[in-house]
Amino acid sequence: MALDRLRFGIEPGEFLVVLGRNGAGKTTLLRTLALLQPPSEGELLFDDQPARRLPTSFKQRLGFCGHDLALYDELTAEENLHFYARLYGLADAARRVPEVLEEMGLADRAGSRARSLSRGLKQRLALARAWLHRPDVLLLDEPATGLDAPTRERLHAWLAGCHRSGRTVILSSHDLAESLRPASRVLLLEKGAVLFDGPNSPGLADELKARLVAAAR
Amino acid sequence: MSTWRVAAAILRKDLLSEWRTKDVLTGVLLFGFTVSVAFTFAFEPTADEARVIAGGLLWLAFLFASILGLNRGFARETANDCLAGLRLAPADPGAIYLGKLLSNLLLLFIAELVLLPVFGLFFNLSLWNRPGSLLLILLLGTWGLTALGTMFSAVSANTRMQELMLPLLLLPLTVPVLVATVDLTATLLADLPLAFAGLQFRLLVGFDIIFTLLCWLLFGYVVEE
Repeated sequence: MALDRLRFGIEPGEFLVVLGRNGAGKTTLLRTLALLQPPSEGELLFDDQPARRLPTSFKQRLGFCGHDLALYDELTAEENLHFYARLYGLADAARRVPEVLEEMGLADRAGSRARSLSRGLKQRLALARAWLHRPDVLLLDEPATGLDAPTRERLHAWLAGCHRSGRTVILSSHDLAESLRPASRVLLLEKGAVLFDGPNSPGLADELKARLVAAAR
Repeated sequence: MSTWRVAAAILRKDLLSEWRTKDVLTGVLLFGFTVSVAFTFAFEPTADEARVIAGGLLWLAFLFASILGLNRGFARETANDCLAGLRLAPADPGAIYLGKLLSNLLLLFIAELVLLPVFGLFFNLSLWNRPGSLLLILLLGTWGLTALGTMFSAVSANTRMQELMLPLLLLPLTVPVLVATVDLTATLLADLPLAFAGLQFRLLVGFDIIFTLLCWLLFGYVVEE
């Protein structure tokens, strides 16, 4: 069982960082929240509605970027985004796709096939895909993977901007120091259970580290 | 409306990918060509024998070639977990099925149109005397194969023995399609009206409709984790 008796709520507009060691259940939690994986037991609620009863159109409100980037290697960056824009029925795709490519610093690679992009550039393209339809909730599974230091800075600035614009951001990471910076709230998982759930505060990283070490013993 | 929009987007994306990679067509054409050559040399039929056995051999070649094509067609969605990308979209799983079905159907149909003259040449058969009837049989037969094949390629994509699983699942269930198309093709080659194989025609149309609807309804369960 990847998640064990998890019970918590997320308020709209929160910036939640899900932390934990490898195998703690972060990916399963994010995939469950993205409606990719229904819980084997229990209930997932959105706006007090059980997720299994939500209309398909509800997915329009979610944007997810996982470990596997869901990009078609043989399509260009631009074509990948146009394809997803069609899936999401974006009426302004012709304007939105270049806009998102620009936002992710990929404007000069719009015509490059996804296969030819480096891991970091692919990661940025996958983030562009998740952000393309302007979701209310952004679910990002270790989004800094493969990004160099300046791009990670840019990612955090962009995420902070998303948060400021009222979006709910939920991201997972195992990098305590870096991922805590933009967080308003922190959820620490260990073996699928909640080890810590509370607001972000100065010095929290050290406390979380100590809890993780203690749990690992 | 959104179902057709999503299906059309997937069809367009698959055709663009195929145009760039030639993944499906190359494999299907090479395999179909090789099987046709092997059958010709194995049987060396006379003109009369050819008319009797060609229908069966033709559809066997198409069936095996289509398995190859269906496996490759769905491999596009398993690479990089693109299937998750499709499932994240506000689209009915039936729309995803429809898009994949249309792209498989179109690509296999194109491959068969290329293979058909090759097969006719090797067996010294004139297949185009009644082009309308031939295309109709081809379309209905390929539709039956791809209706089930698209569904089972999604099932087998989640298994370890993906390449082996598709034929294991598909072959037993496509026997009615094979029986009907072989009979209809033999009727056509014997220069008889298709009404002579009216039962097989109805069987094929019924199979196509029933299994398309069934797979459309069940596809969501198949792609769910």
